[in-house]
Amino acid sequence: MEKLLMKGNEALAEAAIRAGCQCFFGYPITPQSELPAYLAREMPKRGRVFLQAESEIAAINMVYGAAGAGARVMTSSSGPGISLKQEGISYLCGAELPCLIVNIVRGGPGLGDIQPAQSDYFQATRGGGHGDYRTIVFAPSSVQELVDLVYDAFDLADIYRNPVMILGDGILGQMMEPVVFREKPRRQLPPKTWATTGKKGRGQNIITSLYLDPVKLEQHNWKLDKKYREIMARECRWEVINGDDAEYFVVAYGICARIAFSAIEMARSAGVKAGLIRPVTLWPYPQKAFDDVMNRAKAFLTVELSLGQMIDDVKLSVNGRAPVYFYGRPGGMVPTAEDIFNEILKMKGASV
Amino acid sequence: MKLETIMAGFGGQGIMLMGEILAHSAMMENKEVSWIPSYGPEMRGGTANCMVVISDRRIASPIISHPDVLVAMNKPSMEKFSPLVKPGGLIILNISMIDDRPARGDVDILEVDAGKIADALGNSKVANMVVLGALVGKTGIVDKKTVLNSIDCFLPSHRKSMYEINEKAFIKGLELMAGVTLKGVG
Repeated sequence: MEKLLMKGNEALAEAAIRAGCQCFFGYPITPQSELPAYLAREMPKRGRVFLQAESEIAAINMVYGAAGAGARVMTSSSGPGISLKQEGISYLCGAELPCLIVNIVRGGPGLGDIQPAQSDYFQATRGGGHGDYRTIVFAPSSVQELVDLVYDAFDLADIYRNPVMILGDGILGQMMEPVVFREKPRRQLPPKTWATTGKKGRGQNIITSLYLDPVKLEQHNWKLDKKYREIMARECRWEVINGDDAEYFVVAYGICARIAFSAIEMARSAGVKAGLIRPVTLWPYPQKAFDDVMNRAKAFLTVELSLGQMIDDVKLSVNGRAPVYFYGRPGGMVPTAEDIFNEILKMKGASV
Repeated sequence: MKLETIMAGFGGQGIMLMGEILAHSAMMENKEVSWIPSYGPEMRGGTANCMVVISDRRIASPIISHPDVLVAMNKPSMEKFSPLVKPGGLIILNISMIDDRPARGDVDILEVDAGKIADALGNSKVANMVVLGALVGKTGIVDKKTVLNSIDCFLPSHRKSMYEINEKAFIKGLELMAGVTLKGVG
């Protein structure tokens, strides 16, 4: 198969087209603008819809409309734009509409800067919008994984009738790596019998998140809860590197996991039995990854491009069974492998 | 095998392209590669750099703290990055634009009059290909033929007439390896 050297943003866009994305609605923002730029050029050529909306709020509501009509649809943005889309994401979850939302995260809060960050973890995994809802969140750490997860994101969205988010960062969006576009065997996807496609003799379909009767809304919430539990049971993904005999674990995702991988190698050279847990799904969070290593783990070090957000999930997963330390760089700054290596040594020193 | 290279200079000197061609060549030889641009509110005449990692194993961090090779196309780039080069590493200087020399006795320093050579070929814009030739000649990280194929790949169909001068510039850089001044250890 042909290997191409592509930027993360462009590779993601190409993968979306190959995965059958029919419509894109969005509004440009650095550091993800190559994604809509690529789609603006390619989607019309391949008979798809590309529309630059007048705002992020308009874009996410166009996603709602297209998803309600049964289309395979996506939007993308970076932190400030994703904040604007929160109301729409809550409605999409309430109405159980499948879609892909991409967040190529930049430094915040507010307008922040355009450098890479992971400070939208809470927003992505806890839901920045209102109500009891969850979105599946994928955190790729290479351009190839970014591509592979796009296919899965669209499929899981359809299977569970739920928005799926890909949480990247500025470096992942901007960097180039070789990619191969695999033609994956298509999953058996449920027919969209609920979509508003014109009645043509069938019963009425209504897409809504409004249930004025609290008895009905409670039932709806329990139904969502059942779905979320199914997702938690089935869809957790993670990778463990150098974990077989490791005693000291770094936990990191996305670009941070790549740097941590280098730090682990340095630690191994220095005689420290270090391993890496790399969550691929941030929700559902892969708690089993921690259970699997708990018999030998002496301590965990969470490394993030933030003030410390994923560390909450690490602590919930470790559940007091071992100490959990934190090292982070917020605001668009990126730690070096040496920085993380030094923190691994500190963790080892503190845990003896 | 792993080679970490930082390429830096002014925006407009073809820094990003030089890195992309190197990364593309290595990919075509089935090596693992990554390429990261400096990005931000950049503009022509500002500073630009990219990081290229080439390895025969899965690449951990694509971000380079201490490069094996630095290509400095202007003085600010030399000043910023030369202290970071690994001992025993290589610094390639475009001396057409740099009158100073880095204060390092523990690295190889390769002086390439890339601007002058490019001018003599008839187009100052191919200075980047001269330097790329020198890098490939010195490190042998990829085959010369692969690079020439990659140069061709990167030229859009309406610019194929530019292939010849880029090829010449690259070969000039390669050939320079015989007579160029080498300083330091290694």
